[in-house]
Amino acid sequence: MTASLPQSVDETLALLRQGNYVADRSLATALYLSLSLGRPLFLEGEAGVGKTEIAKVLSSALGRKLLRLQCYEGLDISSAVYEWDYPRQMIEIRLAEAAGDRDRGTLTEDIFSERFLIKRPLLQSLEPDLNGPPVLLIDELDRTDEPFEAYLLELLSDFQVTVPEIGAIKATQRPIVVITSNRTREIHDALKRRCFYYWVDYPNAERELEILRVRAPGTGERLSAEIVGFIQALRSMDLFKLPGVAETIDWAEALVQLDQTDLAPGAVDDTLGVLLKYQDDIARIQGSEANRILTEVKAELAGTE
Amino acid sequence: MTAGSESGRIAGNLMRFARVLRKAGLPVGPGRMLEAIGAVEAVGMENREDFYWTLHAVFVNRQDQRELFDQAFHIFWRNPRLLERMAGLTIPAPMDEQPAGHEEISRRVAEAMMDPADASQNNGESESEGETEFDASLTWSRGEVLTSRDFEKMSTAEMREARKAIARMRLPIMDVPTRRWRPDPAGARADMRASLRAAMRGGGDIIPLRKRKQQRRHPPLVILCDISGSMEVYSRMFLQFMHAITNDRDRVHTFLFGTRLTNITRHLRHRDVDLALDRVSGAVQDWAGGTRIGQCLHDFNRDWSRRVLGQGAVLLLISDGLDRDAGAGLGAEMQRLHMSCRRLIWLNPLLRYDAFEPRSLGVRAIMPHVDEFRPVHNLDSLKTLTEVLGQPGGRRKESMAKWREIAA
Repeated sequence: MTASLPQSVDETLALLRQGNYVADRSLATALYLSLSLGRPLFLEGEAGVGKTEIAKVLSSALGRKLLRLQCYEGLDISSAVYEWDYPRQMIEIRLAEAAGDRDRGTLTEDIFSERFLIKRPLLQSLEPDLNGPPVLLIDELDRTDEPFEAYLLELLSDFQVTVPEIGAIKATQRPIVVITSNRTREIHDALKRRCFYYWVDYPNAERELEILRVRAPGTGERLSAEIVGFIQALRSMDLFKLPGVAETIDWAEALVQLDQTDLAPGAVDDTLGVLLKYQDDIARIQGSEANRILTEVKAELAGTE
Repeated sequence: MTAGSESGRIAGNLMRFARVLRKAGLPVGPGRMLEAIGAVEAVGMENREDFYWTLHAVFVNRQDQRELFDQAFHIFWRNPRLLERMAGLTIPAPMDEQPAGHEEISRRVAEAMMDPADASQNNGESESEGETEFDASLTWSRGEVLTSRDFEKMSTAEMREARKAIARMRLPIMDVPTRRWRPDPAGARADMRASLRAAMRGGGDIIPLRKRKQQRRHPPLVILCDISGSMEVYSRMFLQFMHAITNDRDRVHTFLFGTRLTNITRHLRHRDVDLALDRVSGAVQDWAGGTRIGQCLHDFNRDWSRRVLGQGAVLLLISDGLDRDAGAGLGAEMQRLHMSCRRLIWLNPLLRYDAFEPRSLGVRAIMPHVDEFRPVHNLDSLKTLTEVLGQPGGRRKESMAKWREIAA
């Protein structure tokens, strides 16, 4: 199923909601601008706040193909853009030699034709697609190095790739580009300038509760409220790594799996590893501190009922 | 007055102005001089603003030279008597016409105008005492003494010389292998793309084997520098050092801390050293106060470590380890810091005393978590630091065992 692009911020919000993504209006605005003006969307934020998910939801809701480029240190053209199929090229040369019927000019053209071109995500994203231009997700850009960033600059402004043996390949329709970064390194201003920037923050309690309803529907209403209260309290503390939305959902699922209908001190201590990923943080929260937060959350919930 | 003598005077003045600019550090050669005379003749001198931009077009070719040019222009062309006053080593009273924000004349402009060769043809008279001292500090034997003299014991003139020496320093940080490759005939791996391309160039009969090799690159460098009262003399000197490094390479991040942490990377990136340091002093609010090392490192770990210590950074911690909070929470923060970087080098000016003993609580908290512990109090120690950074070096050093034992 293919859907047309949203025509307003409200429609964008509805589109994300349809893909089970609960978004802030500010995020929907940035996304709408990037879709309607054909510029990449640059999402930055802590790990586990749902940056990658946006691209996935977008591709499924719009019915477009999702092309994902996971970045890593040393990512180069041959794994990001294109590569020649060397073994097959060599066989082709050998065959031509054995047959002895082709002249050199045609052999060169033959060897470096599209038949032997292995397309990687960036080149694939420029190809026309029946369902409309694909969604290109460039994930965790901060993991690569500056030279690759510089290469992206060219691609993102012209949507064109030059293969020396073939020539320039240009996109007829621009793909929808979503770039994410965890900020383990600052991305250069030149690249950010070409994108719509959005900082994905932790959601507030109300929105987080809504996210839990959508993403972990098996969780009871009371348990959800307690989970959200507990996590919001954790986020106001001075921890090395605060739990993200992904952790909230994981925790809810873990607690449901353990047949908890209500947050109990023992269960919190046992499952703290789902929420906090640093030993220092766990040691600080486990036991009395967890108890204190839990009592507060419960008291607050009892007050509102 | 005839037209000829008028233009001759302009040429002479232009030449003197060009010399001032050259002394102030702008790359102005005789070619530029001639261009300037030609340009002024073409534009004319009716309008002061036109004159300014004419000279600007000729002499300035980088954005960061604008400040220097601007100051030099306004001082030089406004008040012809100014040079004489400069020679008397008095900074002129602020001129009413001077644009806002330029109340202070850049030290380099002032120095350039003060220079005896420029100040007056009459050398004998204008050489005041201050200049004699300045000349003396340039002699060779003085330079030798300078390298081993403690920053704390330097006179102002010596400080100035030391700053110049630091500005010239280069820092050959070690190279580490990256995951990128580049063509190299002596490489270990075959480069298929280049090989086939070369084969097609020859018609495909022979496939010449092209090789490639792993590229090497220096890791990012992060500097954390203590600017508390006990470190004051040193930290001002290190700022010069940090500015030199920041402009020498990419991926350098600099932070200052006293009672709070300040990121000054962007300020230091300005090429003009005076302007860069000006901006730094504007941005930092806790100069020469107390130190809360634990709290500052905590802030660094929480807000910055994941952003700047990725990709295997080398970390320089410059501090005397004297902590107002008596090392509270410092150990844990140091451990986290140590685990997040490739190599942690601690530079401590107190180590200059032979009898230095790591007795203070702060020092004892830091000691177990550093890979290298070095003195940093004179030009020599800064130079050996550049050697240390040049070595690849393992994570654990034998020499650290001794310090750890004493500190334990």
